Amino acid sequence: MQIIQYLINGISIGSVYAIIALGYTMVYGIAKMLNFAHGDVIMVGAYISFCVTNYLGLPAIVSIIAAMAVCTVLGIIIEKLAYKPLRGTSSLAVLITAIGVSYFLQNAAQLIWGTAPKNFTSIVTFKPFSFADGALVITGEVIITIAASVLIMVGLTLFTGKTRMGKAMRAVSEDRDAAQLMGINVNQTISMTFAIGSALAAIAGVLLCSTVPTLQPTTGSMPGIRAFTAAVIGGIGSIPGAMLGGILLGIIETFSKKYISTEFSDAIVFAVLILILLVKPTGLLGKQVQEKV
Amino acid sequence: MKKVFAIVLAAAMIAAMFAGCGSGSSADAGTIKVGMTGPLTGGAAVYGTAVEAGMKIAVEEINAAAGDSGLKIEFKSADDEHDGEKALNAYNTLKDWGMQFFAGCVTTAPCLSVAPQAVEDQVFMMTPSGSSEKIANTGSNIFQMCFTDPNQGANAALLVAEKEMATNIGIIYDSSDDYSKGLVDGFKTKGAELGLNIVCETSFTSDNKSDLSTQVTQCKDAGCDFVFLPFYATEAAQVLTYANKIGYEPTFFGCDGMDGVLTIDGFDTALAEGLVLMTPFNPDAEETQDFVSKYKDMMDGVVPNQFAADGYDVIYSIYNACVATGIDGTTSAADACAKLEEYFATYTFDGLTGSGMTWDAAGMISKVPAAVIIENGKYVAF
Repeated sequence: MQIIQYLINGISIGSVYAIIALGYTMVYGIAKMLNFAHGDVIMVGAYISFCVTNYLGLPAIVSIIAAMAVCTVLGIIIEKLAYKPLRGTSSLAVLITAIGVSYFLQNAAQLIWGTAPKNFTSIVTFKPFSFADGALVITGEVIITIAASVLIMVGLTLFTGKTRMGKAMRAVSEDRDAAQLMGINVNQTISMTFAIGSALAAIAGVLLCSTVPTLQPTTGSMPGIRAFTAAVIGGIGSIPGAMLGGILLGIIETFSKKYISTEFSDAIVFAVLILILLVKPTGLLGKQVQEKV
Repeated sequence: MKKVFAIVLAAAMIAAMFAGCGSGSSADAGTIKVGMTGPLTGGAAVYGTAVEAGMKIAVEEINAAAGDSGLKIEFKSADDEHDGEKALNAYNTLKDWGMQFFAGCVTTAPCLSVAPQAVEDQVFMMTPSGSSEKIANTGSNIFQMCFTDPNQGANAALLVAEKEMATNIGIIYDSSDDYSKGLVDGFKTKGAELGLNIVCETSFTSDNKSDLSTQVTQCKDAGCDFVFLPFYATEAAQVLTYANKIGYEPTFFGCDGMDGVLTIDGFDTALAEGLVLMTPFNPDAEETQDFVSKYKDMMDGVVPNQFAADGYDVIYSIYNACVATGIDGTTSAADACAKLEEYFATYTFDGLTGSGMTWDAAGMISKVPAAVIIENGKYVAF
């Protein structure tokens, strides 16, 4: 019974990583850049949701919509102001800019909301399910998180596979110049990607803080790095890969905390990353791309 | 055009340098200069700003009532962002300003980086809240206002044994934090002496503390009816929230770092009901009300925590000692340091964080440990 409890905890936190990893993977797949500010957009989303429920007294669902709206706009603004001017320059310049944006967001949050941590009120109100006299407890957050991540993954797969915009995204991801020649508006497509990624970040922020209630300006950074790892394990650029990587990472983390050491869980997670990359350099579900000379 | 601009700028800089020199060391006999550094911005700012505000209240009170002895305080604070190097720079800036007494730092790591310099300079240093044993052990002129960590951990174990609070004890601690480790060491050593039954010991690090559900579940599985949480309020709120979710209800017991758990924005204080914590300062007690109301006026209605009270006590202990030993604004920092060091050996001080406080030869404080229990969202003496 114990092992099932830890497995469920692992899948739950892993699902949050998966949703964050989806944001990384989409932006990487289409814009070919690592958006390190993604973790901080999560934090902004959580703060918006916190303010709407705690200060305005509105219901949780309104707060999620508000958080998604704000993050979407924020994502588009970041892309337009910070990343678009650098399109075509070296990827290193973009990477450094992304780190700068991350610091900017953290410090802005510190100015707006202060440094004292806030305690996020969970959006889930129904009671946990208890089995076997309380030996196995499944909280409402676990169910909502897992359901949300599966829904999002299915939705995104359908979106990129079936819709016009989704097809444009895949085309840009495959060959940006050719896509442009075919009449696809590349800038608009990339903005759209950032908008979707940031909206996902808002959902991830709300779910993350519902599971782990501490909300402070640095809340997004560690989960952001873990989710990035998850995206790499799964094969960056691949949507099911992000999902698989996230859940796998959550389970590995929880099990190594339980059975090996609570202190070395990070070391173990990253050791697994190295092992997987040694065996499959493109990640579990990543595609091998032949470089043509 | 650019050249002219550059010359103007350069001239302005030189002028600024001289301006800085000129206003440096004007000593006024009736005013002693006290400086402090603390994290006024950054992740630990909640502690730095609390200490700073507590000190400012003490300074205002003293200056308003300076008629008795005629001695006033000039106070200056500087930001160290909880960083050792920045703390040392801030300390040097304060020294250039003419600081006679150093009432900092707030957090342990900056204290450890500044203390050796204070020993070398022979500047009297008293940290309000740096609780590592290493701080006081740096030199004979370094003093502490709060308990050392192992000392507080031992006191916690003593209290648990005396009140028979536990049969199966669980411990969750932050292995990357000196404060948390010191408390656990003290608790375990004393607990072993007293025959406390520790059945589960688990930890986390600053990098993976964002999810503590595994650690709480471990304590639950081990059947702990008492869980010792020697860390800060932020993580405590997380543990309490998760324990409530899975219906786990042991007695939770925290140390002074947990002070402030009730004032976390958005935290449901009902979850902290029955929590016991060691803290020398009770904002709901009658004798602290004057300070509490002044602090609330200054900090937009925030209730002061133990850090603020420690800061307040540091200023008063230094000031009272100065009055008693005849130190004034013209005494050099090194002379003042020698006098205070001698005076503190036999000094007994009553303040907000306890009465009859004394210091040992190393500069560590001795005071009666106090604990409170949270009932109906308020601290009640335990």
